[in-house]
Amino acid sequence: MNGSSRLLRIAAPVIVGLLFVALWDAVVRHYVIPPYILPGPGLVAETLWRDGPSLLGSLLVTLRITLAALAAAIIVGGLLAILFAQSRILELSLSPYAVILQVTPIVAIAPLIIIWVNDVFLSLLVCAWIVAFFPIVANTTLGLNSADRNLVDLFRLYGASRWQLLRYLRLPSALPYFLAGVRISGGLALIGAVVAEFVAGTGGTETGLASRILEAGYRLEIARLFAALLLLSLTGIAIFALLSWVSRLLLAHWHESALPDED
Amino acid sequence: MADLVTIAGIGKSFRNGVIALEGVDLGVAEGEFLSVLGPSGCGKSTLLRIIAGLTPPSAGRLDWRAGDMLGRIGFVFQEPTLMPWAKVWDNVYLPLRLAGVTRGHAEERIAETLAAVGLQGFEKAYPRELSGGMRMRVSIARALVNEPRLLLLDEPFAALDEITRAKLNEDLLALWRRHRRTVVFVTHSVFESVFLSSRIVVMAKRPGHVTAEVKVYFAGPRDAGLRLSAPYIDVCRVVSRHLTEAIA
Repeated sequence: MNGSSRLLRIAAPVIVGLLFVALWDAVVRHYVIPPYILPGPGLVAETLWRDGPSLLGSLLVTLRITLAALAAAIIVGGLLAILFAQSRILELSLSPYAVILQVTPIVAIAPLIIIWVNDVFLSLLVCAWIVAFFPIVANTTLGLNSADRNLVDLFRLYGASRWQLLRYLRLPSALPYFLAGVRISGGLALIGAVVAEFVAGTGGTETGLASRILEAGYRLEIARLFAALLLLSLTGIAIFALLSWVSRLLLAHWHESALPDED
Repeated sequence: MADLVTIAGIGKSFRNGVIALEGVDLGVAEGEFLSVLGPSGCGKSTLLRIIAGLTPPSAGRLDWRAGDMLGRIGFVFQEPTLMPWAKVWDNVYLPLRLAGVTRGHAEERIAETLAAVGLQGFEKAYPRELSGGMRMRVSIARALVNEPRLLLLDEPFAALDEITRAKLNEDLLALWRRHRRTVVFVTHSVFESVFLSSRIVVMAKRPGHVTAEVKVYFAGPRDAGLRLSAPYIDVCRVVSRHLTEAIA
């Protein structure tokens, strides 16, 4: 990639963002929109600065749930996919339930989970995990079954054991699929955590960002709502960028997706 | 010389009703370079897979003189079929790794094999960094690394350009001459088969069966000069006629 196209890749979205903020500011000023309907960008920035420390505390709570759910999704999802790849019977008997868990809206199950699981952190974790684990299972299972057929034959020719086939062929073949799943799950874990917090409500001593958003909404403190929303989006972007970076790092040298653009 | 494997009455029909092979009888002599020549769809690749034990035959049997051949057959596919995540060294290491040889113990053997196929200095390269011809060399090195009793090649050079192909033919021949390992080479190129083989069997399709056999012998060395010599052209003509009859 040459210098000017890299510049464009960064500059173009930044310019769009600045134009949007300028337009937002102009609209708020021109129509004199009260801040409890739509605060201007200046007020949001000011609120973010003023409430920053307390919002960051809440963000940390949400982030802890998100990361724990993602870790659980990676472990359980990965293991489940390996089990599926080892046994067709197991895959046939369990995968419909994974799908059911996936397609049932989390807002509908969350109240049950919050009732059943006593610990607040744990119940939120379970909700976020349910939302996050499916892409990892589905992608990794696909990846494990996508190993080159000729290579599978070659392994057979050399009398490879099941374990050797998994360790040296199926797992590396599945890595790009698994990482694509993790990248999706990272965002979903955050969404799951926020949705679960919404359902759980504002109770408790340690409250996450979602509770702060609800609270700010009730009090018509829209600037703070925006500030929290902004933090949430930034967190989502950061998680995605981090996972993309890890993915590129692991797939460097060999996978098409991680190769630099060639002009 | 005695046959390493005797193929008797091999037939193969697939579930969709296609009969790929019928009544194939063939002996593969120890140390020979045997080419199986035929049009696409004549079942020559299927025959190779049956010899390798990758596809079970529907009829007939294989008799091995050397007993159990597990891990003693090298196979080269039409595509290089390398593991893209593994460096050249690790790709070649695969057969030894699967046989439980440690990296340390494999070191010397892999260095030898890489040198034999002209890949020294490329140990740390990834497959994608290599040209098609070089990838095929890695594939051949992998097939040779555990010193197999039998080397099976399934149209390995079909996807390569003419110049690369000629060079690889010469190098493969040099490798064969050094160890006289038994080779079965599947191809649809008359020129390639005549250049390489000590014996050629021609196959026809629907269903696949052997129609002709040609022993190939040249007084002089088999090098680039051979390709332009009259005896070479003569044999090519004979084999070509057999192939034309097989297709008709």
